[in-house]
Amino acid sequence: MKKIIELRNISKAFGDETVLDCISLDIHDNEFITLLGPSGCGKTTTLRIIGGFEFPDEGDVVFMGDRINDMPPHKRHVNTVFQKYALFPHLNVFENVAFPLRERKVPKSKIKEKVDRMLSMVMLSGFAERRVTSLSGGQQQRVAIARALVNEPKVLLLDEPLGALDLKLRKDMQQELKKIQKNTGITFIFVTHDQEEALSMSDTIVVMSEGKIQQIGTPSDIYNEPVNAFVADFIGESNILDGVMLEDYRVSFAGQTFECLDSGFARNEPVDVVIRPEDVDIVAPERGMLCGTVTSVTFMGVHNEAIVDIKGFKWMIQTTDPVEEGAYIGITLEPDAIHIMKKSKYSGMFGDYSSFSNELEELSNPGGAENE
Amino acid sequence: MKLSAKIYSAIIFGFLFAPIVVLLIFSFNESKSLSVFSGFSWKWYEELLRDRNTLESVKNTLVLAASATVISTVMGTLAAVGINKLRSKWYRAAMNTVTDIPMTNPDIITGISLMLMFVFVGRLFGASTSLNFFTMLIAHVAFCTPYVILQVLPKLQQMDKALPEAAMDLGCTPMRAFLKVELPEIMPGIITGAIMAFTLSLDDFVISYFTSGNGFETLPIRIYGMTKKTVTPKMYALATIIFFVTMALLLISNFIDNEDRKRLSEVRKKNKKS
Amino acid sequence: MKKSCISRTQGTYRAALAPYSVWSLLFVIVPLVFVAYYAFTDNSFSFTTENITRFFTATSNMIQDDGTTTEVRTYLLIFGRSLKLAVISTLACLVLGYPIAYIMARAKEKTQKTMVTLIMIPMWMNFLIRTYAWMTILQDTGIINGILTKVGLNPIHVIGSETAVIIGMVYDYFPYMVLPIYSILAKLDVKLLEAARDLGCGTVSVLRRVVFPLSMPGVVSGITMVLIPSISTFYISQKLGNGKFFLIGDAIEGQYVANNLHFAAAIAFILMLILLVGMAIVKYVAAKYVYGGE
Repeated sequence: MKKIIELRNISKAFGDETVLDCISLDIHDNEFITLLGPSGCGKTTTLRIIGGFEFPDEGDVVFMGDRINDMPPHKRHVNTVFQKYALFPHLNVFENVAFPLRERKVPKSKIKEKVDRMLSMVMLSGFAERRVTSLSGGQQQRVAIARALVNEPKVLLLDEPLGALDLKLRKDMQQELKKIQKNTGITFIFVTHDQEEALSMSDTIVVMSEGKIQQIGTPSDIYNEPVNAFVADFIGESNILDGVMLEDYRVSFAGQTFECLDSGFARNEPVDVVIRPEDVDIVAPERGMLCGTVTSVTFMGVHNEAIVDIKGFKWMIQTTDPVEEGAYIGITLEPDAIHIMKKSKYSGMFGDYSSFSNELEELSNPGGAENE
Repeated sequence: MKLSAKIYSAIIFGFLFAPIVVLLIFSFNESKSLSVFSGFSWKWYEELLRDRNTLESVKNTLVLAASATVISTVMGTLAAVGINKLRSKWYRAAMNTVTDIPMTNPDIITGISLMLMFVFVGRLFGASTSLNFFTMLIAHVAFCTPYVILQVLPKLQQMDKALPEAAMDLGCTPMRAFLKVELPEIMPGIITGAIMAFTLSLDDFVISYFTSGNGFETLPIRIYGMTKKTVTPKMYALATIIFFVTMALLLISNFIDNEDRKRLSEVRKKNKKS
Repeated sequence: MKKSCISRTQGTYRAALAPYSVWSLLFVIVPLVFVAYYAFTDNSFSFTTENITRFFTATSNMIQDDGTTTEVRTYLLIFGRSLKLAVISTLACLVLGYPIAYIMARAKEKTQKTMVTLIMIPMWMNFLIRTYAWMTILQDTGIINGILTKVGLNPIHVIGSETAVIIGMVYDYFPYMVLPIYSILAKLDVKLLEAARDLGCGTVSVLRRVVFPLSMPGVVSGITMVLIPSISTFYISQKLGNGKFFLIGDAIEGQYVANNLHFAAAIAFILMLILLVGMAIVKYVAAKYVYGGE
């Protein structure tokens, strides 16, 4: 696949705060790539640097081979869909979409043809005369997309565009966007903090935290083989335990030895062990590889979510089997349910389900980490 | 800021401050001239303090402004409270227009219209002079109240409606909820409205001119009289004092308003986060 | 029971509004009716249109600059002159004030606050004295000429001319043009400007196609707040025009001083009508401009 945008060693600070720390990234033609991470991780800043609204302190932005660091936004072949749509309130729908064409002095007949085509692509034909302030959120969203695409840019930047929509509409729009991307062949660079959204829409996901890229990969890579505790915790739910890699394919944690599918670590290397809650099977205590007491059960509709205390560490298990609070149960793990990651600065910060958020954890456990 | 912007701003502000600087400098002029500065002297200020007529008109002006401020602040605040709760669109539009009129009507029309009415009514009752302190007071209240409403109403509209509701939920009657919760919330608006009314009344010339009788002279009217004769820097001294008093009042008003805005935006930020 | 609770509180609110409603009716609305009443009556208060017709037909002899006398329609001339000066002053305020408002809106927050306060300072100086101060600056023996002669240049004769009056008007009403425009510009969503640049607009296009149309409500507000007072001003023309230019405001004041209340009312009445019509036109034109797309 051809590289369309390259970010090389981009760094940016706002005052004392480093927002991007030496980021390098290749973005390809016809790719749906998502920048994913919690707020403050630098994903929006990266997007704005590509769009030309911020300039990197260090590093280069290369667009189809040319360095465009100093090029202003109106000269770049990149268009943006803004988070709150930024539709011009003094223009109607037609004029909003026609705006970039009029700027380029495209002849009137062509303008009508292009705008009509765009409006039908986002399914808003017939809305041309409407005032943008009278449209619903989803409709405004689609006008914003039509306006950004009418110029046929090479790259479309989308800054958390679906955040303000309610759940069902958001799911529909996710499908829409994916379809539009496939049909137009334009590279979409999508920013979001919603990992489900990222997993469902992207060809490639870039997980970011604290101004650094943590992992780049396809959705299944990111989900099944996270490289560190941060990624493992951010995507889906994970149990993350301290372990020791005894040798290839054998790891020890929670006082037991397990067979696994990973290799390439040093003998007896301390590692982080990731086990997804849905990969844990509940069995009778006698047949279990590990045993523990169920401390709470929550009915989630799709499955039950059980918190189980095994040797002081709180596991989360998702199961459709009935589980009771207070029961003493056993669990088994298939080798492919166990994923090994190298230790990183994020080790020990996540994975124990005493609480879900950092705030509550700090309140009940001031100053202490609670692994093992 | 770009250099061209800085230069342009400097020119504009220079233009705006030129007369003020002239005023300040020449109020200390040694000689009587208003265009040639010959030396520094306090004498005009001293003369001012000895000028009985001027001091009398200062007193008049302050009394008038204070009375007008009190009446218009109370009436305006009550009006704002009432307008805020109006359901009928028609009534609300009528109120908006009526409040708008004194603010957009030129002073001369407001002045003339009131004068004509007072003269007519006076003649009706056989009075020989119909214009006096009370007619001026009525006029001042009429043009000050809309400005009070303009300051208080937005505060009412921006207030979190949940606050008085919470008070009532916890046991207050609507009246006590208003006094204990709403009034403190809108107090910055009331104060800035009052200050605005006061400064408007202090400074008013045209309307006062048309609605005043012979006995009661306010400062602006006195100044008008003074400018018809030869003017000495004494007038500049007077103007300088007025200027600084007005400035002090408005800076205080500004400060109060800013603090209130800051407080409100912090409350909003916190609400957004959760 | 719920119904009576609500209507009781509605009743309290209506009571709160009552003093102001009555006051406005008596002292804002009714006086305007009196203007019309006086305008259409004579000294014995019987109906007549002669005050109105006098406005349109009265003539007087005017001495031109070259010494010849011509007969002119007094009040129409005065009105034309007032209108001309007011329009020029308003345009001057707009052209000079818009850039400042823009600069202020783009400045950093602290600078903005300072600039707003600075712009308002001239308003704190008494209107009469502001005008008088300009007179001393512009006079033939005034400050500007004093500086010019010191430097060796020829003195300029500006006092008593229309230019002086315009300078005075622009000075007086400048903040009233700047503040509304600034207020709207400051609230302009920065993202809209970014979107315009994103879609291909250079700086000039952004200003022309996005900033200016969206600032129209502020511009209309500013025009209103300058045009109306400048048509009806009466002191500026006396002092800076050296008594040579009678404007409508001066005419009204003159008639009042001469105790011709009915004619004064007639002039005021006509002025009111003209302002109403004028403002309606301004608002209509602006609305068409803002929401027509392009």
